[in-house]
Amino acid sequence: MLQYPSRMSEFFAGMRGQVPLLLGVAPFGMAYGAYAIETGLSGGMTQAMSSVIFGGASQFVAVQLIAGGVPGAMIVLAVLLVNLRHMLYSASLAPYVAHLDARWRWLLAYLLTDEAYAVGMQRYRRDDESPRKHWFLFGSGIALWSTWQVTTAAGILLGAALPESWSLDFALPLTFIALLIPVLTGRPAFAAAGVAGAIAVLGYDWPYATELITAIGGGLVAGMLAERLLRERVSPA
Amino acid sequence: MNLWLALALMGAGTYAIRLSMLVFVSHERLPAAVRDALQFVMPAVLMAIILPAVLYTGDDASFDLSIGNERLLAALIAGATAWLARNVWLTVGVGMGALWLLQWAG
Repeated sequence: MLQYPSRMSEFFAGMRGQVPLLLGVAPFGMAYGAYAIETGLSGGMTQAMSSVIFGGASQFVAVQLIAGGVPGAMIVLAVLLVNLRHMLYSASLAPYVAHLDARWRWLLAYLLTDEAYAVGMQRYRRDDESPRKHWFLFGSGIALWSTWQVTTAAGILLGAALPESWSLDFALPLTFIALLIPVLTGRPAFAAAGVAGAIAVLGYDWPYATELITAIGGGLVAGMLAERLLRERVSPA
Repeated sequence: MNLWLALALMGAGTYAIRLSMLVFVSHERLPAAVRDALQFVMPAVLMAIILPAVLYTGDDASFDLSIGNERLLAALIAGATAWLARNVWLTVGVGMGALWLLQWAG
């Protein structure tokens, strides 16, 4: 009988899988805390945003709009627009967690960020049948969550203390490069990545991260089209 | 609107987005084509985050697609490392090392 890793070893493996990303997340969290305080936001509100919203890019947008005196309803809409892509993560994760009871799904949804999704899906893509893969995602999400809370607090108290010249923020795209290569498994995946990358670059200065959700949507369409074209070439109708 | 009320709405809304397909709607009710397309979320989102981070650099975050872009060079070296070694730490280590070296040399 095959022995699968225990819950705890899945949990800690998930945490370890998140560590390279944390190198990039830590300066980002401190920069957020420092920036929010600089605009005059209270320490309590700055920290509360990190735990209640828990989404880095959207928190930056919120702080910027609050400082600009934008009406509350507009700020809420902007934040939701930035975070809309998480619906795609939710949909793509759903089949893997459908068997879990509701408490687990509520917990994992709270932790569902770019980083936790990217690392957690690596585990789900491995083809062993372990029934405990959600512990990996959980560990990965907790590692990110606690780092985000602590570095927000550090940014509030100390300012952005990590020198920019260290370029630690670069650890984030580098980790994503390492995660990207294994999922480029065929031409449709290349097409999806290529189109998404191109849209994200062209739309770099679009407001409220609308380029990100557009890029991902464009990537999905490109992947589907490429798949269909390949299928037609293999078996002409 | 009171700021704390706005925060509650931002939090509830973001949480609802993340919960949507995990709790509120069964993914089985999505059209088959959409479910099929979801296999491309990973390559799409990763590239959509990587590419701007590599191509918009410097203090003014200006577009730079040239050999003089240290982040682009370091990313290419990291990509080759990931391709050959399939190891996250090695990729991050080599990429950061390359960037520091290029910045120091440049």
